[in-house]
Amino acid sequence: MTGALYLGWRYLAHHRFKSSILIASITLMLFLPAATWLLVEDSATALTARADVTPLILGARGSELELVLNTLYFHAESPAEIDNQTLVEAQATGLADVIPIHSRFQAQGAPIVGTSLEYFNFRDLNIAEGRQMGLLGECVIGANVAARLGLVPGESITSSPETVFDIAGVYPLKMTIAGVLARNGTADDDAVFVDVRTAWIIQGLGHGHADLATPGAPVLSRREGMITANASLTQYAEITRDNISAFHFHGSTDSFPLTSIIAVPPDQKNNALLRGRYQDSDSLQLVVPGKVLDDLLETVFAVQNYVILGLAILSLATVAVITLVFLLSQQLRKGEFHTLLRIGASRGYVSVLVASEIGFVFLISALLAVILTLITRYYAMQILQTILTL
Amino acid sequence: MIDVRELTFSYRGRGPNRASSFGMQVQEFTVPVGACTALVGPSGSGKTTLLGLIAGTLRATSGRIVVNDQTITDLDDGDLGRFRLRSVGQVFQAFELLGYLTVAENVLLPWYICGDGGVADVRKRAEDLLQGVGLGSKLNALPGELSQGEQQRVAVCRAMLNKPSLLLADEPTGNLDQENKQNVVDLLLGQARDHDSTLLMVTHDESLLGEFDSVFDMGNVAQPFDVTTRQ
Repeated sequence: MTGALYLGWRYLAHHRFKSSILIASITLMLFLPAATWLLVEDSATALTARADVTPLILGARGSELELVLNTLYFHAESPAEIDNQTLVEAQATGLADVIPIHSRFQAQGAPIVGTSLEYFNFRDLNIAEGRQMGLLGECVIGANVAARLGLVPGESITSSPETVFDIAGVYPLKMTIAGVLARNGTADDDAVFVDVRTAWIIQGLGHGHADLATPGAPVLSRREGMITANASLTQYAEITRDNISAFHFHGSTDSFPLTSIIAVPPDQKNNALLRGRYQDSDSLQLVVPGKVLDDLLETVFAVQNYVILGLAILSLATVAVITLVFLLSQQLRKGEFHTLLRIGASRGYVSVLVASEIGFVFLISALLAVILTLITRYYAMQILQTILTL
Repeated sequence: MIDVRELTFSYRGRGPNRASSFGMQVQEFTVPVGACTALVGPSGSGKTTLLGLIAGTLRATSGRIVVNDQTITDLDDGDLGRFRLRSVGQVFQAFELLGYLTVAENVLLPWYICGDGGVADVRKRAEDLLQGVGLGSKLNALPGELSQGEQQRVAVCRAMLNKPSLLLADEPTGNLDQENKQNVVDLLLGQARDHDSTLLMVTHDESLLGEFDSVFDMGNVAQPFDVTTRQ
């Protein structure tokens, strides 16, 4: 019967266009539901995994989802800001370790995350090259950022202006890369981490410039202790060892903004106590990220079920069309089968020939669907990141 | 040798096929071993039917057909298929080559079905046959790229692949011009004589009959009857 298989294969190879369309249709019919299901399952696992190891997030009242996604993935719209005093107060409760998050700006397509060194311990992030950031204006970058932009420690990366139309806005800050993080397969691979004070400088809340008290400084007027600089005074756009002492903040840092605070209580009791503390706050909310994402996933799974149902109906229609194509093809090939029978082939041989063609088409389609599904699964996290960016 | 005795065949068409109802009776018809025989007669006289009965693609209602000491009217469908593959080469009016196979693969078609013998030997034989009919340079061409004369030469090579003892040709020149007709008849006669095969060829063309050992008029071989009036 190998001859029948060969003839079946030759028929498909000769009618490449028709075979390709059939294979493409069946591949899509198999791939789409499988990929949808896998993508949702993997995304759900990845989403909940990061959320589950983040006990609590403190932020301004508003969208819980926006707060969680911004804190965990740094990509969603920035939630309403809270002030640094909130961090101080949360720390003062003694109920949890607190980690500031300032996630609002971007540097060459990567989110800039202002935080403290505790964040790296909390997420178990290790330095793969270089060293940890130590000075104002330094940063450590995620593995994907380093790979995408071809950056290594010692080089620099510049923050992007929030809007090109803001001509009165702050200058972009050129940050020195102190180190590159080891890849850990999360959103941290795609972020640029700076000290939260560096983030405030990017926001224009702190700056450095020439000392106007020294003779020869670009001063427009001096009166009653008030110095007005003239237009030639430029702010530093890069913090170096030489000018770092000139950097300063105006006002109290207690009022400076954060986008959220990660709170890590040592046990369930402290967790409950802390949640109780913020339960009735008018301006703040303390959310459990896992619960917020579970609510989101419940909706996603419901939508997924409808999508898969729709795809199943489409698949049935595709199967019907493919069956029709095969039947019409058999009708057109009656003469060919008659010739085979006249030469001496049995009806079983002709059946094997037809079955082999159908088998080859389904086998190739299934193989392609598996390959496409594996590729989709491999890139599932990147697809998820892209979706979260939208 | 072909030996047909007291053969009856009837086909009763139903519905739209009613007009194709046909019946015939052959009292005795014999072709000696190695003879090249032509079968002539008007359309509808049963030439193709007789060829089909001898090849075993049609079943006799009664009677006996013996081909080279094998009573084919006693064989079941499976044995008839094997009989055709190993002992019978057939050439058809419309060539009936498979359009998706190359010239060489079309000649190898009986081997793809029965699988007897090693592929290298069978392929060599197919190539030799095609070289012999002047198609050695077109082994990998598709039938659609050949002229009708060339296609019929490929069909003859396919019929000869398994060195058949019986070669049946059903109006093999029906679709050819005069020059190609003569070439194909010469080829069939040459192949049959070279391989000691018995050749039985159906034709309408009396200009081709000169080279055959014997010519049978179907009118003298078979008596048609009306199946609608006969029980």
